[in-house]
Amino acid sequence: MTDNLTSLRIQELAYELRIADAMSTEVISVESDATIMNVRETLRDKRISGLPVVDNHKLVGIISIENLLQSVITSGIEGRVKDSMVSEVVSVNSDEPLIYAVRKFDQFGYGRFPVVKRDSGELVGIITKGDIVKCLLRKLEVNFHEEEIEKYRASHIFEDIHSDHTTLTFQYKIKGGEYKSAGKQSGNLKVNLLRLGITPTIVRRIAIASCEAEMNIIIFTDGGELIVAVEEDKIKVNAIDEGPGIADVEKAMHEGYSTAPDWVRELGFGAGMGLPNIKNCSDEMSIDTKLGKGTNLEFIVNTRT
Amino acid sequence: MNIQKIRDILDAEVICGERYMDRNVKMACGSDLMSHVLAHIKEGDVLLLTGLTTPQVIYTSDAVDIKVISFVRGKQPEQATIDLADERKMVLLCTTLPMFESCGRLYKEGLIGCSEYDG
Repeated sequence: MTDNLTSLRIQELAYELRIADAMSTEVISVESDATIMNVRETLRDKRISGLPVVDNHKLVGIISIENLLQSVITSGIEGRVKDSMVSEVVSVNSDEPLIYAVRKFDQFGYGRFPVVKRDSGELVGIITKGDIVKCLLRKLEVNFHEEEIEKYRASHIFEDIHSDHTTLTFQYKIKGGEYKSAGKQSGNLKVNLLRLGITPTIVRRIAIASCEAEMNIIIFTDGGELIVAVEEDKIKVNAIDEGPGIADVEKAMHEGYSTAPDWVRELGFGAGMGLPNIKNCSDEMSIDTKLGKGTNLEFIVNTRT
Repeated sequence: MNIQKIRDILDAEVICGERYMDRNVKMACGSDLMSHVLAHIKEGDVLLLTGLTTPQVIYTSDAVDIKVISFVRGKQPEQATIDLADERKMVLLCTTLPMFESCGRLYKEGLIGCSEYDG
């Protein structure tokens, strides 16, 4: 991953992950009836600088070393937590996206926030900046591994399988007239090719060409299929239909020439750019068509540059 | 230019993909002709402005790696379009401005067109 992609991924993760995913659930807390003496001991033993105050699982306040000192000055060590705690606590909800906590750290400058359940106000954890960083790094690493493993498996197929000639074939059925799903199968093809580890620039060319071919089958025929053959050094796509055939291939190859009906134009297609565009995107293209019988449009994109 | 700024310039509503508002685009294309989009959009981070709101817009944009689309003239997409965009982690915006004004405002603020982009 490049730096740019990584930072984008971190941003996405900060929205995708919940505070509950990052917080630590082992929270040391104190009851409001406890004495300042108790708080002092806990803070000393656990080497922390503040404690959430909890009654019946519910967060009711927070007490820090500063509050503790203030309390010792005014009422000695026998004072109660409830008299010196801060009861207006800034907390975060466990179901909120992680980015909310990031913003709160910026906004308030505190070192940690208690995490509560949204409806009950029950204290369920505590979150620090360190927790957030750790959680993001962990997630990023897991994603990276998953991605790598998936890519590894796919892109090494040709090396792992021993034969004189290996071809992977995908077949996509396309229904005629189903303009609502026009482009869907090309989208599926694109995902598969990326998964196989093929360069995104090359995948993009194939996706554009197959999108045009898919559109043609939907517009002009009762249906057909895309047959995609992935070989070690090239990808060959055959768009096959049993439609009316193309009357004048030379004209059809001319940019701007179109026989598409109006409903197609309303969808933003049928401008007579389909076949020329397929030619532009591919390294080889040929059309085998017979009037009344059907068409086999073939295009090849080399994957080794 | 980041998407947040584009939204401000177009005074647009965010239909989906709010979490990706920090993404940047390098150039823009305004077209109702998907054939044109397939044939002429350059590789890179492109904003598409269009008056079409059918699912084809998403399928077409996906083929050319467009991640941000703004619908113009206040046209709201159908749910199927939104769902497809959501699956593909795209941002959909909707502005009440017509096509010409939308493009004009963005261009004035420095966002260039695909034909000018040299990358």
